[in-house]
Amino acid sequence: MSGTVVVAGASMAGLRAAEQLRAAGWHGPVVLVGDEPHMPYNRPPLSKEVLAGKASFASLAFRPRASVSDVRWRLGTRVVGADLDRRTVQLDSGEQLPYAGLVVATGMRPRRLPCPGPVQGRHTVRTLADARRLREALTRPGARVVVVGAGFIGCEVASTALALGADRVTVVDPQPLPMVGPLGALLAEALLDRHRRRGVQFALGTQVTAFQGDDRVSGVVLADGTALAADVVVESVGSLANTEWLEGNGLDLTNGVLTDEHLRAGGRPDVVAVGDVARFPNARYDGVARRVEHWSIPTDTAKHAARVLTAHLTGTGVPLGPFAPLPTFWSDQHDFRLQSFGAPVLGMDDVRVLDGDPAGDPEGDLLVGYHRGEHLVGVVALGGRRAVAAAARYRAELLEQPALAVPLEEHK
Amino acid sequence: MKVVVDMNKCQDHGQCVFAAPDVFHFDSEGRLAHLPEAAEASREEVEEAVDVCPLQAIRIED
Repeated sequence: MSGTVVVAGASMAGLRAAEQLRAAGWHGPVVLVGDEPHMPYNRPPLSKEVLAGKASFASLAFRPRASVSDVRWRLGTRVVGADLDRRTVQLDSGEQLPYAGLVVATGMRPRRLPCPGPVQGRHTVRTLADARRLREALTRPGARVVVVGAGFIGCEVASTALALGADRVTVVDPQPLPMVGPLGALLAEALLDRHRRRGVQFALGTQVTAFQGDDRVSGVVLADGTALAADVVVESVGSLANTEWLEGNGLDLTNGVLTDEHLRAGGRPDVVAVGDVARFPNARYDGVARRVEHWSIPTDTAKHAARVLTAHLTGTGVPLGPFAPLPTFWSDQHDFRLQSFGAPVLGMDDVRVLDGDPAGDPEGDLLVGYHRGEHLVGVVALGGRRAVAAAARYRAELLEQPALAVPLEEHK
Repeated sequence: MKVVVDMNKCQDHGQCVFAAPDVFHFDSEGRLAHLPEAAEASREEVEEAVDVCPLQAIRIED
């Protein structure tokens, strides 16, 4: 079959999809459409090295494989619509691109707080442009910083802001502990303690109700009426899927693009979704479709989806079993790292310390296991290099566990 | 196939160890170590290791 594969979205997931299409044997035309002006780049350093001024764009940009030297890049261009029956996508220029295969890789954008008050001085961290703006704000001497949202990005930004010399950094979150959703209370308490010992302040179990200031933010008001002075506000309160352009095609776009076990959307063999916009069942676990915003997912999804799409386009059958990645994530904060393998959220009811002593040395390494029944479903290490290597030793065990039979409620 | 790791970038995430265990491993201190020359048969695994390195610290030189 001939025709073009259009990849909507030109960040890591889009690039990996293009590379994996070539690896899977698709030699036809490939067009990548991306709204940012940049070639694909690595996002984890945005909340850390880029904010700290230690990374240039050249060091962030991915080096595309030679196999994609002939793909066409349409950067600074947004996809605004699609007609999946007629197999076309519409660009913001008004142009219609016909396709034989479509890869949905449009990712997420930060959710914003709906609170009243000025907009100036409020930041998010998703793109290189975001990080550069925030860095400029954080490097003004004596900045008072309020981070809204005690998730991974929020806690990373808080630690970087402190390292940059911010006068005061306060993290606000409605949950009683930072990162408690993905990690559970045991590790979340250890993390709260480590952040506080390094000077980060927390306002937990509360939320922001308004921003103070005329033209720009000068403070945030919390639910109990307390006001925190702020020169810089960072909103890290989750993200929204960029799927509006797919509306009207009968797809399930609730929290991302729902796919089948081969990352195909809406029962269509010619449309696959990759990266954090894809809401897919993981055959390794319970069959419940979830979006996963881990760094490893764009590469994992691209590899599977590209093989499936190429098989369809070239008229062969699906060449592989259902998608079953082993989730993995990490987070660097201050001088310690969190490293996770598996799906801790599926084992929150039975959390055991595998190594270390949370009641002992407050700076000691910790290795925590998450269980469902007798099965280990996730491990998370907190600490230095040795803790991370210890967690890695459980990876084989996690890979060998049988699939969970009983579907679970979605945790996030 | 020559495998080059920028050890100034490497932060011992170990994703390459899982992708290409014949070429990359952790030493007893949890530091990354690797073979500088890999067999051509390992190319696909090493390409995967390049992809999964969070620091983009690995490259293949033919």
